[in-house]
Amino acid sequence: MSFLLGEQMTGGYGAADILHNCSIGVEKGEIAVIVGPNGAGKSTAMKAVFGMLPLRQGRVMFDGEDVTQLKPEERVVKGMGFVPQTHNVFTSMTVEENLEMGAFIRTESIADSIAQVYDLFPILKEKRKQPAGELSGGQRQQVAVGRALMTHPKVLMLDEPTAGVSPIVMDELFDRIIEIARLDVAILMVEQNAKQALEIADKGYVLVQGHNRFTDTGEALLANPEVRKAFLGG
Amino acid sequence: MTDVLNALTLLGNFLIIPGLTYGSQLALGALGVTLVYGVLRFSNFGHGETMAFGAMVTILVTWGLQSVGISIQPLPTALLAIPVGILVTVVLTLLIDRFVYRYHRERKANPVIFLIVSIGVMFFLGGLIRFIIGPGDQIFFDGTRFILKAREFKQMTGLDEGLSLKMTQAVTIITAVIIVTAMFWFLNHTRTGKSMRAYSDNENLALLSGINPDRVVMITWILVAALATIAGTLYGLDKSFKPFVYMQLLLPIFASAIVGGVGNPVGAIAGGYVIAFSELILTFAYKKVVLYLGPESMELESLVQFLGTDYKIAVSFIILVIVLIIKPTGLFSGKTI
Repeated sequence: MSFLLGEQMTGGYGAADILHNCSIGVEKGEIAVIVGPNGAGKSTAMKAVFGMLPLRQGRVMFDGEDVTQLKPEERVVKGMGFVPQTHNVFTSMTVEENLEMGAFIRTESIADSIAQVYDLFPILKEKRKQPAGELSGGQRQQVAVGRALMTHPKVLMLDEPTAGVSPIVMDELFDRIIEIARLDVAILMVEQNAKQALEIADKGYVLVQGHNRFTDTGEALLANPEVRKAFLGG
Repeated sequence: MTDVLNALTLLGNFLIIPGLTYGSQLALGALGVTLVYGVLRFSNFGHGETMAFGAMVTILVTWGLQSVGISIQPLPTALLAIPVGILVTVVLTLLIDRFVYRYHRERKANPVIFLIVSIGVMFFLGGLIRFIIGPGDQIFFDGTRFILKAREFKQMTGLDEGLSLKMTQAVTIITAVIIVTAMFWFLNHTRTGKSMRAYSDNENLALLSGINPDRVVMITWILVAALATIAGTLYGLDKSFKPFVYMQLLLPIFASAIVGGVGNPVGAIAGGYVIAFSELILTFAYKKVVLYLGPESMELESLVQFLGTDYKIAVSFIILVIVLIIKPTGLFSGKTI
């Protein structure tokens, strides 16, 4: 069984289900990417894994424990980190305060963790006294990821981390995400830029209308002619 | 030269010192309103009565202290009673939150519903206060009345105009400076204060960061109760304690919070002084100032006043409307209502 596994998840926000029997999993040190067309339920699937969507069926297993009934904030304490797609920084607070707030649940000293985040994202060290709301889109995403890393999560979930940033910044962010995975963190992310994301993915999930359509390694999905034709533009 | 000094003394005595005093009272009141708005996301119309309640408890304790002969001459005894007033008001606000606001918070009620509920709380508290202490005027000031008397000032300087500084004015301004400094230190440098700002900034992300919303709400009410009690007591010391006056204070307090940018603590302070000075500047009779500064033989029929003092309340209302039309986020860009 995977380190983090959303198993046969079915559910939605209202009466109609968005996810149908959808399964998503990721191992420690691995990058799993959820791709698919608009409205396929990519973000919904990730939210379901994190407990932000009521499930009618299925369960979520994390580190050998059934966490299906836990609220999102309780899952954070268990070691799940989540970076929402929007509104993912405290805009009126400085970069450093953002990181401090990320570590709110930790009682021990957090100086090491802050230094670690600054090592990963050097630009944040330069801007640490600046309100996060004044940063560029790419820098904000770095703050958002840094904030989530402050809890020392065992799994990091990213909802479209490259939305609205330039291709250069996107490559840079992907590099950082690979680095984070090397620290033995499991990474689950939703991506619009399917091709680039699958290139760095150990595992890829192609969702269509809330169903698992293809599940394979990133490499295999990129090589799959059907996937290429339907989702990667040839 | 003497004329200029006389004119300045006149302005200092009737405009600047009263403006700083009134501004400090409004600033402390607006800070409470802005905290509730920033963290709990609604306009708390019960704030004026919370101030009255805190002042009332402080008065009752002050009378108790006076009757057993405890005093802190030359300072007013009420300062000694404020901590008890704060404590009782904290209990009150937490009870109201537990039995009134929490229900709506759990249902994620619309801010308008909170606002209407807070009007209900306002009437309830107003009634409670009148039951306990009565609707009349209460004087609880003791200690030395003046730090600097107008007559002494005249003798000291040889000017025709006197500058007086009342004990209550000095106490109000100094207390406001201490409280505001402490407040900002708390919000910017403590873990709990930062978690309040984080919660106010982005509730969902605060939740994801493991910040406990119940604790943030509780601390907010504790701070609001403390600010309200202090502001209410200072106002009562300076003027006098009359329950209905606090309801009227709501307008200038809300105007202060909104002019500064509601939800923004710096804005609340600035707004308090803007409103206070606007009210005084527009309703002050400049006749004597003009006479001092004008040519020797000048005579004036009118009082040289922009507005009669009866229009004081209208001034804050007009400023409020202008700000809402031109810059709804206020001077320091708070959240728009």
